[in-house]
Amino acid sequence: MKLFRLFKARATAPVARERLQILLAHERIALGPEDLLGKLRGDIIATVLRHVNVDPSKIMVKMDHDAAVSTLEIDIEIPKESIVGDGKRRPPAESSPMTSAA
Amino acid sequence: MGDVIVVTSGKGGVGKTTSTAALGAALAEHGKRVCVVDFDVGLRNLDLVLGAERRVVYDFINVAQGDAKLSQALIRDKRVETLYLLAASQTRDKDALTDEGVERVISDLRQSFDWVVCDSPAGIERGALLAMRFADKAVVVCNPEVSSVRDSDRIIGLLDSRTRRAETGQQIEKHLLLTRFDPQRSARGEMLSVADVLDILSVPLIGIIPESEEILRASNVGAPITMNGGASPAAKAYRDAARRLAGEAVPLVMPVEKRPFLSRLFNRRAA
Repeated sequence: MKLFRLFKARATAPVARERLQILLAHERIALGPEDLLGKLRGDIIATVLRHVNVDPSKIMVKMDHDAAVSTLEIDIEIPKESIVGDGKRRPPAESSPMTSAA
Repeated sequence: MGDVIVVTSGKGGVGKTTSTAALGAALAEHGKRVCVVDFDVGLRNLDLVLGAERRVVYDFINVAQGDAKLSQALIRDKRVETLYLLAASQTRDKDALTDEGVERVISDLRQSFDWVVCDSPAGIERGALLAMRFADKAVVVCNPEVSSVRDSDRIIGLLDSRTRRAETGQQIEKHLLLTRFDPQRSARGEMLSVADVLDILSVPLIGIIPESEEILRASNVGAPITMNGGASPAAKAYRDAARRLAGEAVPLVMPVEKRPFLSRLFNRRAA
């Protein structure tokens, strides 16, 4: 048991790994190449707000880097009543000619 | 037309100069023409590591400012005849190098060498930015240690934004060289693993250089590790890394330092 604890106490690499991951996630956003993520976030928020009335703080933009690809994740919470479009594209089935014929 | 490689890291003391000398010498071993270029104005050391410190007459700044011809400033290695050194100036300050001057010298070197390997100064100031500015490829030297990994991440960001290639919408080819790695300590969870560093930095690995006593022996006598202590795991790892840089598919094996049984018994640390 004591031996096991001794081994556990020495395994400091996981701590290093976790600290780096947290630190670099922040630093990449703050110092990233010309702040790409910041620019994207600004443009995405502006575009979304033109069509939908949402709280900008509910728009989440996240970038992940892999060896081969980077992915951009956008998560927007839209309350039901805030869709302000002209209604042209609100298709749910009721007025389809096929169903009314049947 | 040769390839220009920058050897960079952000943090000091991780092995940029050692790696520049070793990779340069390894690339030149098979007859390719290689020039290693010291960008550390005021703190040059590549000449010393290569054992050419008493042969420097003209330097990079002399050539950039037109006070000397490139052929006058190039120092040919006495052991590998296709290896050349362009030394940094030890007396002038960093501002003596201009964008245009560096571009001209690098483009001249590109004409007459297969490989131009630029040894970057530490930091993210002007000298480091100039060293990476005209590179096609980058070797990011990193130790498995938190401050080095953090600084490597910063340098990778700069490679992607402040190089000529990045500015013209091209990719700069980035490679990670993990140095001073101790497989035993890593296995015991005392040191970041290769996978940890790769996962954090997301740059493909070009080589793992094990912590080795041979490195200091080689620099003591002014020879790249691939020439002095050439049979050591570190020298082999550098040679393999150089072959990968040249496009060969060389499998990556975890370096193991062979030590006598008794020394393993009484002293578990490699260094």
